[in-house]
Amino acid sequence: MATTLPSYATFGQRVWFYGFRVICGLIFFFLIFPIAVIVPLSFNAQDFFTFTPEMLRLDPDGYSLKHYRDFFGANGDYSWLQAFSNSIKIAPLATLIAVSLGTLAAIGLTQPHVPFKKPITALLISPMIVPLIITSAGMFFFYANIGLQGTFMGVVLAHAALGIPFVIITVTATLSSFDESLTRAAANMGADPVTTFFKVQMPLILPGVISGGLFAFITSFDEVIVVLLVGSAGQKTLPWQMFIGLREQISPTILAVATILVTISILLLTTIELLRRRSERLRGITPS
Amino acid sequence: MMADTHVDENGLVLAADGTPLKQSLARALRAQKIRALLLIAPLLLFVTISFVLPIGEMLMRSVQNTAGTEYVPDLLPNVVEEVQEWDPASGEMPPEPVYRALAQDLATAFENRNHTQLGRRFNYESAGMSSIFRKSGRRVSNWDIETDGPFREKFLDIDEDWGDIEYWATIKANSGYYTTSYFLAAFDAQRTSEGIAMKDPDQRIYSKLMIRTIWLSFLITFCTFALGYPVAWLLADLPTKSANLLLILVLLPFWTSLLVRTSAWKILLQQQGVINDFWIALGFTERMSLINNQLGVVIAMTHILLPFMILPLYSVMKTIPPSYLRAAKSLGATNTVAFIRVYFPQTTPGIGAGSLLVFILAVGYFITPELVGGADGTFISNRIYYQFSSSGNWGLAAALGTIMLVVVLLLYYIYDKLVGVDNVKLG
Repeated sequence: MATTLPSYATFGQRVWFYGFRVICGLIFFFLIFPIAVIVPLSFNAQDFFTFTPEMLRLDPDGYSLKHYRDFFGANGDYSWLQAFSNSIKIAPLATLIAVSLGTLAAIGLTQPHVPFKKPITALLISPMIVPLIITSAGMFFFYANIGLQGTFMGVVLAHAALGIPFVIITVTATLSSFDESLTRAAANMGADPVTTFFKVQMPLILPGVISGGLFAFITSFDEVIVVLLVGSAGQKTLPWQMFIGLREQISPTILAVATILVTISILLLTTIELLRRRSERLRGITPS
Repeated sequence: MMADTHVDENGLVLAADGTPLKQSLARALRAQKIRALLLIAPLLLFVTISFVLPIGEMLMRSVQNTAGTEYVPDLLPNVVEEVQEWDPASGEMPPEPVYRALAQDLATAFENRNHTQLGRRFNYESAGMSSIFRKSGRRVSNWDIETDGPFREKFLDIDEDWGDIEYWATIKANSGYYTTSYFLAAFDAQRTSEGIAMKDPDQRIYSKLMIRTIWLSFLITFCTFALGYPVAWLLADLPTKSANLLLILVLLPFWTSLLVRTSAWKILLQQQGVINDFWIALGFTERMSLINNQLGVVIAMTHILLPFMILPLYSVMKTIPPSYLRAAKSLGATNTVAFIRVYFPQTTPGIGAGSLLVFILAVGYFITPELVGGADGTFISNRIYYQFSSSGNWGLAAALGTIMLVVVLLLYYIYDKLVGVDNVKLG
């Protein structure tokens, strides 16, 4: 396969070259179409889940912000807003726990001599691998024993555990290319370990820490099963509300919620990409 | 360095403070190890409490023989003792002392409001036992243990099912603190008076569900491979600038909320949805049923898991020099031969990593099968959740979870050997 087609290409090569690109185009379409189609549908003036004739004619009357107004409680139903506020209370706390403990541990794991490094890493990554239904079943039993089941704190702790693997992975990746001679240089010039950490090491690994935090945030922000089993009605999060809504009567407000969430993920994706570039620039690698 | 060390009379190299260099180095190494462990310790403690102990608790629940919060032998201490003398294979009803013990235990259980829990516990093993326990509780509490015997006839008066040998065999088989009956149930087997036997074929729901989960996960893994391979190849082949631009189309779905993607498919695939409307607009008259069946699950999960296949494939393909393919062709290989013999074998690590990752994730999926799977597209996870939300048989839920955990950890182990958990990359 070649990037460009030479002028002497045979007919067969031309068919293959363009055919392959058409197939890939269709697969890209499959990837992006379901997400892209939600956005215009959320501006539907009717309570339908499909394009109305007015929308297809691009008639302004076919479009409205009705579903967004409903999300913010215009129809007197504040449950979406309530769920959203629960979500943005739980996710930052869980992220904070995951990032602070995870960064420390990642620094420990990248030391030159770590006993039991492999089993410890495997254990710390396992919340990402173990199916969520198993994790939440275990938490349901155990948290009930220690009085955390159905509490705000229980959900926060559970979500923090789920976010930890992401912090470990991103921060160790950043640290593995960290130049240890920098900390020695700092020590040489009289900085104590704490100063060295905050003045030298932290600024350099910060992009990795922030991306890990964003991963942990989105994990909590997007999580359903643990909230269903460990939480109670008081911890109804946005995903919980969506899940229940989808299982029973689908309300078109879901289209607006989905669009808001897609916007949030685009923002996060952009932030992570910018951080990655900054981190590579800081470490003297040209951004790819 | 040399200025600080010297050699003592035994020929040992000494450090500046006079201790042997070897010992001093060992001490420094130990200090480093302790420092590393101290940095990891808080997280390890946190993960142990919030994650490892809960998993351990679930493993225990799968074998603990409890009714409500108490162990069964603690609720039926006298019955457990007396019933050991009785052999279900004899074909005879248990003797009078067993019934007398039952009268004693049931009266205590009724006082503590535990008799319905006991009935429910035994009902998981043999349908119908819940009602005889519930029915007998109040009546038994009025009897006098010393004077009202013999009790066998009195129990048979309440319900003649108390004479059913199968029921007594169930009680005897589940009289210990630990039980294998949840695992037997998870494998569609049961204990009868003649020993362990498979359930009737039309009652074998869990093995069918496990086979379906594995088969659909396999199918989804294959679909993500079939769709992911060409895309990864194109991405690896394009100049970095345009590849990065196209990579956004892969990363955006990866970053979008799982619920958003599932709801998108639910909305698109339904009878009155966008795809069916388009289908009708094309001139077809029949609307397709794309949702609440296995097809819907495969379509939606292939879409959701596709990035997990593309990203590892892409990272492996990027490292394969394009000159290899050119060399193969200049040595006379056709395009097909060059691909099969030169390019494809070099991508197998990526295929292995991607397939294992997708398969591990698919086996444990819950949300998508629950929302688009309907009756015949649900996975084992959905059944586990059902035990929590409706049925209440937590022991069985734990046993099913344990089996799933073993399968996933086995795959995780293979993944670790093949890829290495510390080589996992995100985005």
